[in-house]
Amino acid sequence: MRWSLAGTGTLARFALRRDRVMLPAWIYLVLIGVSETAYVFSRLYRTPSSRAGLAASGAGNPALLFLYGRLGGTSVGALTAWRYGVWAALFAVLMTIFIVVRHTRADEEAGRRELIGSARVGRQAPLAAAAVVAVTANLALTALLTLALVVIGLPAAGSAAFALAIGSCGLAFTGISAVAAQLAAGARGARGLAIGLLGLSFLLRAIGDSAGAAGPAWLTWALPLGWTELLRPFGGPRWWVLALPLGLCGLGLWAAFALSGRRDLGAGLLPGRPGRASASALLRGPLALAWRLEWPGLTGWAAGFLSIFAVCGAAAPGIGSLFGTSGALRGEFARLGGQSAVVNAYLAALMLLAGLVAAGYGVSAVLRLSAEETGPGADLILAGPVGRVRWALGHLLVAALGVASLLAVAGIAAGLGYGLRAGGTGPETVRLLGAALAQLPAALVIAAVAAAAFGLLPDAGTAAGWTALGFVTAVSLLGPSLRLPRWAQDASPFAFTPRLPGGAVSGFALAWLLALAAGLAAAGLAAFRGRDLRP
Amino acid sequence: MTNVIEATGLRKRFGKEPALDGLDLIVRQGEVHAFLGPNGAGKTTTIRILLGLLRADGGDVALLGRDPWRDGTSLHARIAYVPGDVTLWPALTGGEIIDLLARLRGDGSGPRRRRELIEAFDLDPAKKARAYSKGNRQKVALIAALASDAELLLLDEPTSGLDPLMEAVFRQRVEAERRDGRSVLLSSHVLAEAEALADRVTIIRAGRTVETGTLAELRHLTRSTVSAQLDRPVSLDGLPGVHDVTLSGGSLRCAVDSAALNEVLRRLTTAGVRSLTCRPPTLEELFLRQYAGPPAATVRT
Repeated sequence: MRWSLAGTGTLARFALRRDRVMLPAWIYLVLIGVSETAYVFSRLYRTPSSRAGLAASGAGNPALLFLYGRLGGTSVGALTAWRYGVWAALFAVLMTIFIVVRHTRADEEAGRRELIGSARVGRQAPLAAAAVVAVTANLALTALLTLALVVIGLPAAGSAAFALAIGSCGLAFTGISAVAAQLAAGARGARGLAIGLLGLSFLLRAIGDSAGAAGPAWLTWALPLGWTELLRPFGGPRWWVLALPLGLCGLGLWAAFALSGRRDLGAGLLPGRPGRASASALLRGPLALAWRLEWPGLTGWAAGFLSIFAVCGAAAPGIGSLFGTSGALRGEFARLGGQSAVVNAYLAALMLLAGLVAAGYGVSAVLRLSAEETGPGADLILAGPVGRVRWALGHLLVAALGVASLLAVAGIAAGLGYGLRAGGTGPETVRLLGAALAQLPAALVIAAVAAAAFGLLPDAGTAAGWTALGFVTAVSLLGPSLRLPRWAQDASPFAFTPRLPGGAVSGFALAWLLALAAGLAAAGLAAFRGRDLRP
Repeated sequence: MTNVIEATGLRKRFGKEPALDGLDLIVRQGEVHAFLGPNGAGKTTTIRILLGLLRADGGDVALLGRDPWRDGTSLHARIAYVPGDVTLWPALTGGEIIDLLARLRGDGSGPRRRRELIEAFDLDPAKKARAYSKGNRQKVALIAALASDAELLLLDEPTSGLDPLMEAVFRQRVEAERRDGRSVLLSSHVLAEAEALADRVTIIRAGRTVETGTLAELRHLTRSTVSAQLDRPVSLDGLPGVHDVTLSGGSLRCAVDSAALNEVLRRLTTAGVRSLTCRPPTLEELFLRQYAGPPAATVRT
C-alpha cells in the first residue's frame, strides 16, 4: 500500500472554506441545544428535591428511557446529559457524515475529484483532507461545548467528559463514514449506509435502555451512540470508555485508507444496483412521475413520524408526574396545548408539532417544482404535450397527499403509543387521528404559500417558502409563551386549527383555511403559466 | 412548400442583456436546417421560444403555423426536442425515462423501434441516470426523440457529448428522418456535421441572423481557394476580386471571389497550367469569415 498524502493541507483548507457556513451552523445548533437545556434545568430545578422528583419520573418511564437514555444522577449536569446527550451526539454524527461524504464520494461523483487528482495531489489526500476537516469540527465542538457548560456553572471535569462523549461519537463516525464512502458506489449510497448505522445505533441503545434490568441492557454497549451514556459524564466519569470511539475512529480510518488504496476512482466495493430496463405500466404521466420521485423520501419521513410520535404518545400517561414539581413546564404545555388538563394539553401540543413538521415536508415537496424546473427534466416534460399547469399540479397533489398521510401516521402512531400504555387502543387511535388531521388545512396553507412563491417569485421562491415556514413555526411555538398580541398569533394558520383532543372544533375556520390554500395554489399556478421557464 | 418554423424579428431580453435582437429563422418542411452560431449567440434562447418555454418580447413566431406560447401543449404532440444540456432524474433508469417520454406523447412508436434505437446507440437502459455520462444522457434524449413520430425535431447541439462512432449513427438516423419526410432543426458547433447533413443553413451572431440559405448559395457569396502549378509566372495584379496571392516559382495560391473566377482562369491558361485545384470554401471558412470582423459591420442593416 502506498500512502501518498501530498496536498492534504491545501485540500483541507479548501474544504474548510467550502464549509465555512455549514460547519459553524451545525456546531451552533448542537451548542445552543445543549446549553439552553442546561440553563433551563439550572433555573427551573434549583433544589435537589425537585431534581430528584424529575429524575424519579424519568427513570420509571420506558418511553422517556427509549427517547433519552438512562439517568446518571440527579445533578443539573446529569439531567442535561440525560435530556440532550444522545441527541447532541446524533447531531454531531450527522454533521460528520455530511462532511466526510461531501468531500470524498460526492466530489468523486461530480467529477471534481478528477480535476483535483490531475494536479499534484496524492492519491489518499482527498480522503485524508476530509478526515482532517471532520476531526477538526468535532474537536472544535468539544472545546466550545466544554466552555459553554463551564460558563453556565457546571463542574469542569463533568463538562469536559460530556463534551468529549459527544465529540468522540463524531470521531467514531469519521472512521465509519470514511469506510462507507469507499464501500458504496455513490454519495447517496455512502450517506445512506452511514445514516443507517446511526439509526441502528440509536435503536439498539434505545432498546437496551428501556428494556429494564431483566432485558438486554448490554445492547447499549453495542454501538457508538450508547457510549455517550456509559461514560457517565456527571456521575463519576468512566474515562476509559473514550477508548471505544477513539479506537473505532482509528480502525475505520485505517480500513478506509486501505480500501481507497486498492479501488478505482468512481468504483465502489458494493456494486450499484441496476434498475428496470423499461418503465412500469403505472409511470404514465406527470402525476405518476411526481409520485415516483417523491415516494422514497416520503417513506423516510413516514418512518420518522411513526417512531417519534409512537414514543411521544407512549410518554403521555407519565407526563403529569413529570410536571408534578414544575409549575412552569406545566403552564408552558397548557398554553401550547390550549387547555389545562395536562395529558390532553400535551397531546394537543404534540399534534400541533406534527402539523408544523408535516407543513415542513409539504414545503419541501412543493419546492421540488423549483428544483425540477432548473434541474432534471422539466424541459423534457414540458416540451412534450404536457401543459404547465398539469405538470405543476401533479407535484402539488403529491405534496398535499404526502402532508395528509404524514399527519395520519402521526395521529395513529400517537394513538397506538398512548392507548397501549393507558388502555383503549382503538378509541385513542381514532381520537388522535382526528386530532392530527384537524391540522391538515393549516399545513396545506403553508405548503400553498410555497406554491404561490414558486409561481410569483421564481428566483426567490425557495427562500420565500422556507421563510414562511420558519415564521409560522416561531409564531406558533413561541407566541403563546411570549404572550404575543392576538393579531400577531393569528398570523399563523395554526391559530385557527382546533387544539385536539379536548379543544373546540370550528368547521367554518377549517373550510376557510382550505379555501385559502386552494386560492394560494391557484395564484401560483396562474403566475407560473404566464412566466418564462428558468433555464 | 410550407414552412414548419417561421420566426421574424425575434427579440428577447434577460434583464438588461439582449439575448435576441431581431432574429429571423425560416425552416421549410422536409429539410434539415443547420442553426449555427458561437456560444451565447442565442441558439438555445431561440429554441426555447420555439418550444413556448420562453415568451418573446417582440417579433413573430410560428411553429407548424401556430403560436408556440399559446398553443404549446397541443403543438408539442407534433414535435420532439433534445436539449443541449440533458439532465435526467438521477433515480430513474434510461429505459424508464424513454418509456415515460413516449407515453407522455401518447404515440405508439412501438417496442421494435425503441429496441432498435437502443441497440444502435449502444445504451444500457437498466442503468440509473445518475450513473450515465454526458454522452449517455444525450443518447436517452435522442432515442426518445427519434423513437417518436414527431413531424419536426428540434435538436440543440445533440452530439456534443457523443463519440465519433455514435456521431456516425446519429448522422445515419437524421438522414433516415429526412427520407421519411420529417423536418429537423439542428443547432450545432460541429460544422462538418452541419455540412454533411444540412439542406440549408442559418448563421446567427449576437442575437441576429447574418446569413441564411443553402450551402451553395452561401458559397456563391464567398471565395474559392485556387492553387495551380504553372509553366511561366503570371501576374494577377490589379485584378478585382483576387486576394492573398502567394507566388513562388511556378506555384500559385490565391483566394478568388466567385465573380472573378472566369477572368482568373483565363489568365492562368495563358501561362500554361500543369495542375489546378479549385476548392469551394468549407462551411468552417464561411463561418470563420462571418465572425472575423466586428459585429456592427455585418449585423446592422
